[in-house]
Amino acid sequence: MADEFDEFAEAELTADEAALLENLPELSELGEARRKFLGQATAMGLGTFALNLLSQQEMFAALETPEGAMFAPVMEENAVKVTMKINGAEKVVTLDSRVTLLDALRERLELTGSKKGCDHGQCGACTVIVDGRRVLSCLTLTAQCEGKSVTTIEGLANGDQLHPMQAAFIKHDGFQCGYCTPGQICSAVALMSEAKNGEASYVSANLRTNAKTVKLSDDEIRERMSGNICRCGAYPNIVAAIQEVHSGRETAQTWSFYTPDEIATAENKEDEKDATV
Amino acid sequence: MRPFKFSSANDARNAVQTIAANTDAKFLAGGTNILDLMKEDVMRPTELVDVSRLNLTQIKSANGGLSLGALAKNTDTANHPLVRQNYPLLSQAILAGASQQIRNMATNGGNLLQRTRCSYFYDVAMPCNKREPGSGCGALEGINRMHAIFGWSEKCVAVYPSDMSIALVALDAVVKVQGANGAERSIPFADFHRLPGDNPEKDTNLIHGELITAIELPKNNFAGKSYYLKVRDRASYAFALVSVAAALEMNGSKIKQARIAIGGVAHKPWRALQAEKMLVGKEATEANFRQAAEAEMKNAKPLEHNKFKVELGNRGIVRALQMAMNGAV
Repeated sequence: MADEFDEFAEAELTADEAALLENLPELSELGEARRKFLGQATAMGLGTFALNLLSQQEMFAALETPEGAMFAPVMEENAVKVTMKINGAEKVVTLDSRVTLLDALRERLELTGSKKGCDHGQCGACTVIVDGRRVLSCLTLTAQCEGKSVTTIEGLANGDQLHPMQAAFIKHDGFQCGYCTPGQICSAVALMSEAKNGEASYVSANLRTNAKTVKLSDDEIRERMSGNICRCGAYPNIVAAIQEVHSGRETAQTWSFYTPDEIATAENKEDEKDATV
Repeated sequence: MRPFKFSSANDARNAVQTIAANTDAKFLAGGTNILDLMKEDVMRPTELVDVSRLNLTQIKSANGGLSLGALAKNTDTANHPLVRQNYPLLSQAILAGASQQIRNMATNGGNLLQRTRCSYFYDVAMPCNKREPGSGCGALEGINRMHAIFGWSEKCVAVYPSDMSIALVALDAVVKVQGANGAERSIPFADFHRLPGDNPEKDTNLIHGELITAIELPKNNFAGKSYYLKVRDRASYAFALVSVAAALEMNGSKIKQARIAIGGVAHKPWRALQAEKMLVGKEATEANFRQAAEAEMKNAKPLEHNKFKVELGNRGIVRALQMAMNGAV
């Protein structure tokens, strides 16, 4: 096995890469294991990239993994120290100035509910609530969050009791794969207070008269939720869930789980079908 | 994203001096555009100065009109009672842009400084004179459906993306800026953004280090008859193919004055001065609206894939004027 890798490494290194390997003192001491990895990496077309990674890995290997994090930071440049309130608890993090709030939540604070969809502010999967306002955590630098209060999907429920919006999303089947759901729900929760405060949207009538509160039509909900994309297309159910919470009127659930009897009947039918084949 | 030095400013003067001292430094406010561009490696600042905590968030009456703090959020501006009451065109235009999440983050000053969404500007593998002067324009003979029909040059056919600015140019806004030496100056909105010419890398006439402090709106009589029409590929959360800000002031059955600006058609908010002039003294009829629209749009120079924008502009101007006349807002 080891011999195979060695042959691979010798065969796949280009002259440039071999020279680079020779000239990197920290790499020349890495020994056989690293050279094998390098051979594999080169075979994947990542030769010089891997070299760069290896040298970084060597230099920063001493950095400890912070408690609760999956990975040690490879490198921390321009470190900033930020104190924020996350779901009611004060957190202090020291991180590279480039780290977005989304990455801080997911990679440093073990809050992986907020999702990275596009990472460019186009999908809304990373939506969280900062100081009462829904924002995109992928386009927010953690460095800008000093002293701010962040609510994520993890902070909405009260112990085992779901937030009404979470319960409504389940009742109305407001998702399929569920990836956009944390963002949808945070967005919808913030929408409730925006409507309560009388904020307008592009489809609002009578912009000039300041309404104290806004009653949301389905069109209003669609416009105001347009920053949250659902690739499964659960939109009608999302609108229904939000409408129920907003209106306070209970509407019937349009789906249900099979009962044990129904499951048994279905299984019997399958068996009969198999028997006839 | 490349490494950058981060600092948070608590004083406008210091912020301006810090930026002025480093040609690769940028102001950071809402971050909704610059962070995306940094992730794409389109913009590579070595230093960001966070100005979002500066005390420039007030929206208040001034000189009979209104002063909008540069760092007030787009959401707060669109929903401010004085803006909704007296400048509903501005509220509507702001609300037509982006999503609620982005409007909650974006500031007024930052909105003005949005970069184009031209896909060749965003794709660092493509030539783009705006991103890399001298590298050529990928859009001129590329896919240019979204691009300019007015005021473009051989160097750049990109369009300016802000909705808010289309309303602001129609409302004769003035941009207040503070320079490195502490001096303040006022820039009429129509002179704030520029056409690409030979220097498409310059979006505006700001000098490096200048900080927008406020946007001032003069008093007007358009509030009852204005409309912002936005035509796009989907109903919401998309940039305009063509947008029209229209406002009318009537004198009996005759038009006393008109304001028309078009978005999605040029490197800057396009004020339709020709159409405005034609409408003065005329009855507010569809035929007159159409005539004015055609007088403006006949000067358009569409590219291979955006010829539709000319007729869309014609119809958009007529529709926006009709909606304004109906007091639709």
